[in-house]
Amino acid sequence: MSTVTADAVMDYDEAMTKFDPVMGLEVHVELHTATKMFCGCPTEFGAAPNSQVCPVCLGLPGALPVVNEKAVESAIRIGLALNCEIAQWCRFARKNYFYPDMPKNFQTSQYDEPIAFEGYLDVELEDGSTYRVEIERAHMEEDTGKSLHIGGATGRIHGADHSLVDYNRAGIPLIEIVTKPMVGAGERAPEVAKAYVSALRDLLRALDVSDVKMEQGSMRCDANVSLRPRVGEPTSEEQLAVPLGTRTETKNVNSLRSVERAVRYEISRHAAILDGGGTILQETRHWHEDTGITTSGRVKSDAEDYRYFPEPDLVPVAPTRETVETLRGTLPEPPGLRRKRLQSDWGYSDLEMRDVLNAGAVELIEETVAAGASAAAAKKWWLGEPSRRANAEGQDIVTYAAGLGLTPAHIAELDGLVAAGRLNDSMARQVLDGVLGGEGTPTAVADARGLELVQDDGALEAAVDKVIAANPDVADKIRDGKVAAAGALIGQVMKEMKGQADAGKARELILAKLQ
Amino acid sequence: MTDLPTDLTRATAADLAGALASKTISSVEVTQAHLDRIAAVDGQVHSYLHVDGEGALAQARAVDARRQSGESLGALAGVPIAVKDVMTTKGLPTTCGSKILEGWIPPYDATVVTKLREAGLPILGKTNMDEFAMGSSTEHSAYGPSHNPWDLDRIPGGSGGGSSSVLASFQAPLATGTDTGGSIRQPAAVTATVGTKPTYGGVSRYGLVALASSLDQAGPCGRTVLDTALLHAVMGGHDPMDSTSIDAPVPPVVEAARAADVRGMRIGVVKELGGEGYQPGVRARFDESVALLEELGAEVVEVSCPNFEYALAAYYLILPSEASSNLAKFDAMRYGLRVLPEGVDAPSAEQVMAATRDAGFGPEVKRRIILGTYALSSGYYDAYYGSAQKVRALIAQDFAAAYARVDVLVSPTAPTTAFKLGDKLEDPMAMYLNDIATIPANLAGVPGMSIPSGLADEDGLPAGIQILAPATKDERLYSVGAALEAALVDRWGGPILDRAPELGGAAAAKGA
Ligand SMILES: [Zn+2]
Repeated sequence: MSTVTADAVMDYDEAMTKFDPVMGLEVHVELHTATKMFCGCPTEFGAAPNSQVCPVCLGLPGALPVVNEKAVESAIRIGLALNCEIAQWCRFARKNYFYPDMPKNFQTSQYDEPIAFEGYLDVELEDGSTYRVEIERAHMEEDTGKSLHIGGATGRIHGADHSLVDYNRAGIPLIEIVTKPMVGAGERAPEVAKAYVSALRDLLRALDVSDVKMEQGSMRCDANVSLRPRVGEPTSEEQLAVPLGTRTETKNVNSLRSVERAVRYEISRHAAILDGGGTILQETRHWHEDTGITTSGRVKSDAEDYRYFPEPDLVPVAPTRETVETLRGTLPEPPGLRRKRLQSDWGYSDLEMRDVLNAGAVELIEETVAAGASAAAAKKWWLGEPSRRANAEGQDIVTYAAGLGLTPAHIAELDGLVAAGRLNDSMARQVLDGVLGGEGTPTAVADARGLELVQDDGALEAAVDKVIAANPDVADKIRDGKVAAAGALIGQVMKEMKGQADAGKARELILAKLQ
Repeated sequence: MTDLPTDLTRATAADLAGALASKTISSVEVTQAHLDRIAAVDGQVHSYLHVDGEGALAQARAVDARRQSGESLGALAGVPIAVKDVMTTKGLPTTCGSKILEGWIPPYDATVVTKLREAGLPILGKTNMDEFAMGSSTEHSAYGPSHNPWDLDRIPGGSGGGSSSVLASFQAPLATGTDTGGSIRQPAAVTATVGTKPTYGGVSRYGLVALASSLDQAGPCGRTVLDTALLHAVMGGHDPMDSTSIDAPVPPVVEAARAADVRGMRIGVVKELGGEGYQPGVRARFDESVALLEELGAEVVEVSCPNFEYALAAYYLILPSEASSNLAKFDAMRYGLRVLPEGVDAPSAEQVMAATRDAGFGPEVKRRIILGTYALSSGYYDAYYGSAQKVRALIAQDFAAAYARVDVLVSPTAPTTAFKLGDKLEDPMAMYLNDIATIPANLAGVPGMSIPSGLADEDGLPAGIQILAPATKDERLYSVGAALEAALVDRWGGPILDRAPELGGAAAAKGA
């Protein structure tokens, strides 16, 4: 490892007293269409290197692109969900630059005619307030191949012994979503950045257009940060009138937590430079997940000229207004509204709803309730043992449950057994344990393990009589009106019954006999 | 039916097709005759970059077998063809006349090549061309120039000089071409052969190594108008692999060529194409042809296209701009030439790209990449690429206004007859001026054809007449071309190529 010298940083709170941060986020989303943007190659993640390629996506001489209609539809749906206008007529453009993982040495993208523009996304913050992120544009383009640099210290092309390129990713449809400068967030800028990316991820997932897996790179974020002098409250007129400072662009910040950390780090780093009388270099920065710092990448200068021009190999994209309206009709309920509706339907408190969201169990609970369980029971069972075990495995609950074959129908069935009086709470836990262990459905587990509340009142009455006889002091206390003492007797009755009794019924019997 | 000449290579494609259909001859016989001709004369003409004798004979045997089994075959089944080296051919080298693609064997066929194979045309080989189709003489081929069969010291036109000289020296009855600014029509004119640039989008570009995507158009080359029409019908049609391909049937070109009727047609002579700078002999043959068309029943008027004046300037901004981007893919990473820089121990990818492009591209290609890169640069884009696009729109308006008055336009195809090899190599502007009459059609996407108009008095070399039609009305080219051809051949007392000197013997000494 080479040693990377960290830059000086200013304490965040101090930085906030002197500077006002402005951000701009560029998010690239890989669409999960069956085929690539301009050819028929499959897009599946994780295939053997260079096994999903053809003359078009390899940029062989003579090959020509053809636009994937599905990708255009997805782009329009994303634009509509972001409250954008949809272009009546727009073209692709060539972005020219040389890089080994780019087969044609130009990227087919969009330049001054994006498919969607001028929108916004309302983002809910932790305190329940809303920040409106203005969207400048969402445009279509193709992904590049993936380089793997072997040898050298940094894992980057410079200094590598050799490099390998996998073109499976080349040509996968991408949508780039660009915000306008995000102003007025003040000290909450890092939180706003994270909340925006998170809300965008939820939205794209609800649209079912992308896997949005940041760890696999199907959603990638570049964060632009600049500072300007602090002259007032973040949203005050005089503060908003201060010209923007020089920005840096931190590339490939690929987790929600990193988005927050990287923005926060860049704010502190800029502040230290500006406070020391220095100037910010307009450059790209590399984010280091492990150390939580950024280091200098390419200096962006006027020399960087992509020589954009309209792609002559493709005809313009001109969606009819009918098509756009038809696609608008396919939009899902916005995630924010949906959350509010579900919380109200389920009667959860804010805290309970946040637990469910954090556990990623909204869909599971929704399906479990649909399968007949109460909302309270659905939450209790999913956030209990399954959630604990998923966490221990480092998996999200949906993936974990799917791996085990644990379904919402199982949880609803379990809840049904309790509601019908067949199982008590502790028995139900044992049954769930069996289901998690792969022993079968809740009913099958209960049958196999012989778990069933004893419904024979004779046996229960005999046990109650036996326990009263054995505890005359306690019985006297109850006769004197100390009803709370019944608890001690109930415990012994349950023991007599080897746990297979209804504790409520035992209590009724005891009180009836002693009052 | 017509009797075939003893030498099968002197026959037209239409006559060969008829004899093949009636099983008078076999495709193997025809293909072998052409392979023998290639062996005898291509050492002098240098039309082919690659000859695939075995492959052609295998295709010929296959088509003969299909015919024997009673299968119904396409009109040109069994007639061999030469393919310009700009079209990808699976398993056959494709170099585009460039060192940078030396040794590259494409893994796929261009759509046009697929159509040729499906129609049963044995592919004799790949024809020479200016590197990446940049030139009007084949002198920019990295593999040496082709020679004009009329005078081996002269150019056969370009970029498709390989295909034109193949036809004029009887090394194939048919050939394919591509035309970005005249690369089918100008070579046809200077070799006394026929070539058509179809409407943009009329023939698939999939598998054509792109020069300038918005101008490139593949088309048919032959020795007669009917032969060219028959090949046009095979090559044309919609291709879902090419987004700019026209989704409509091929215009009725063969019917038009057979009818050869210009009665009642209105023909416009373009005032701006044919004055100063046009060789007197070229001009004289053109005027005679126009007079003949009038005799044949057409109405001739003069038409002005004032913006054609700016066509050359606009063309030399749009073409290099698109070419600079299209040629970026040749970077030594995935195919073709790879050159390591001298004196560098562990060269970076960037250094290898630079060294390869320096060694692999010729001077004309480099010139145009630099021009195009400059024209697209930020700060210059509007003044250069932007203005050129405006000129393009004006030229399209000129055509629209002209076609409101006339059915077709005519002009000399090229200002001069074939010049001597080396004459214009050091003067790019003089070379570019060769295409002054052909470029407007590419800028507007309209179809054009060149047919022989005779021999210029001052040098005895072929001149051509260009016919232009509105977009998608390609059949009009064939109506006019076939009618004029019949009248001219009648006047000449036989095909004009019969007057070309014999190759071989004494002429061999003059060869390459
Ligand atoms: Zn592909």
